[in-house]
Amino acid sequence: MSSNFEGTRTLFNKEVLRFWKVSVQTVAAPVLTAVLYLLIFGHVLEAHVQVYPGVGYTSFLIPGLVMMSVLQNAYANSSSSLIQSKISGNLVFLLVSPLSHWAWFAAYVGASVVRGLVVGLGVFAVTVWFAPPHFAEPWWIVVFAVLGAAMLGTLGLIAGLWAEKFDQTAAFQNFLIMPMTFLSGVFYSVHSLPAFWQGLSHANPFFYMIDGFRRGFFGASDVSPWVALAVVGVSFVAVAVVALRLLATGYKIRS
Amino acid sequence: MPAAVVFDQVAKTFAGARGAVRALDGVSFNVELGEFFGLLGPNGAGKTTLISILAGLARASTGRVTVMGHDVVADYAAARMALGIVPQELVFDPFFSVRECLRIQSGYFGIRHNDSWIDELLVGLGLADKADVNTRQLSGGMKRRVLVAQALVHKPPVIVLDEPTAGVDVELRQTLWGFIAGLNKQGHTVLLTTHYLEEAEALCSRIAMLKQGRVVALDRTANLLAGTASTMLRFKTDDALPAAVAARARVTGRVAQVTARDAGEVEVILGRLREGGVKVEDLEIGRADLEDVFLEIMQKEAA
Repeated sequence: MSSNFEGTRTLFNKEVLRFWKVSVQTVAAPVLTAVLYLLIFGHVLEAHVQVYPGVGYTSFLIPGLVMMSVLQNAYANSSSSLIQSKISGNLVFLLVSPLSHWAWFAAYVGASVVRGLVVGLGVFAVTVWFAPPHFAEPWWIVVFAVLGAAMLGTLGLIAGLWAEKFDQTAAFQNFLIMPMTFLSGVFYSVHSLPAFWQGLSHANPFFYMIDGFRRGFFGASDVSPWVALAVVGVSFVAVAVVALRLLATGYKIRS
Repeated sequence: MPAAVVFDQVAKTFAGARGAVRALDGVSFNVELGEFFGLLGPNGAGKTTLISILAGLARASTGRVTVMGHDVVADYAAARMALGIVPQELVFDPFFSVRECLRIQSGYFGIRHNDSWIDELLVGLGLADKADVNTRQLSGGMKRRVLVAQALVHKPPVIVLDEPTAGVDVELRQTLWGFIAGLNKQGHTVLLTTHYLEEAEALCSRIAMLKQGRVVALDRTANLLAGTASTMLRFKTDDALPAAVAARARVTGRVAQVTARDAGEVEVILGRLREGGVKVEDLEIGRADLEDVFLEIMQKEAA
């Protein structure tokens, strides 16, 4: 089919507008949550923990919190939009359109990346006042933020297609996304873990996203950023192939 | 020129709780360019399944459907560009105003600057003063108008209306039919499913009737009306009808309606009523309408 750039752009804009119209809930609330984490953990642990030489715990924590917010909100955007449209029935407007599965993918994932980055920037803008930021290798910040958000936006797309009820997307979030984020080194360096848990962390793609992202700030990381990029890149391609396949076959959206 | 819509041996089997359910069983018919075509049938006959396959909301198990010559699976983008669907369910996007919804729908079809046509649609459907109102705040009838407008943003040559007047007030029906009839006159093909048979009789030049997933009648509306029982006996009574008459009567409260092929058959029916001692009031004899034709065909199929 001929490419429908205008259609893809429209769906992308609609998905961005959708969260922006309720930004108190979709942007301000997650920023507040991240700030509360920083206040509590920073206050309790600042004097006790130093992960990298010369880097205070609050400074260490900020990039982790920013990335956690990016990932969770990218997931929330595509998953909640799809499940809402499915349940309310207005997905039909999109289903009768000539948009291809590539267009759906680009628009839903693209808007998820935007939501993730907007919330991430919000968290950074508020938390940066608690500890002066370093930008040792800033390109890694951009690369891992965008790629991580795209990966979670894609997972949200898959969850939104699969789920039939709101609690199913919430379960996906609570039992998969949340544990994988929390166990990825947001609040600690995995080097501080016992060997078994360190090994397990290395099997978690979220660990590489957060480690690579943090590398951009401190120039130090648990693994090489190139290794992290390879793991995150391959993981993204894998979930993207699944999502595109589900969209092309109309999984649970075309009977 | 190809037909506007071609259904060619379309079958659809759903996996149900108690085994496979055959919703459509080899449905074939064409809707010609410029026609106002009616698709009728009782609940569960497969009308909405057929429309869903046409729109790409469902896939046929076997068979083929084309819109303006474009296969709805292999060439779905071109097929959907040619098709405007008004869905049966009253759905809306609560995040957006009426105008925003119409702009978004235009964009999906690759149209960026569509405001002059959107304005025309808003006026034609009586939505002009609701353009900037959030769709969530509209009444059911207004939401239905927005659905019609959304289906028409890309000026599709083929318009499909799936039960568009279910639960809709008289005023909206008039507006809607005036507008759709106008589009039909301009050359748009219209495919309509409805439960209101007087609407189908008034609007549709040709009709297909579905029952249990099969086409049981397909003809010009005039031929359908002429070809079956053409006389209708209508009367009021408090008495029980004789079995031979009751079997073919449509009874609503005190009112009974019985179809007859000709004057001789009217005589026979009246004779049976007399023999049965049925006291008849307000007897009328008139021409049968599409509802009678529909019931007769459905009963014949059941027998």
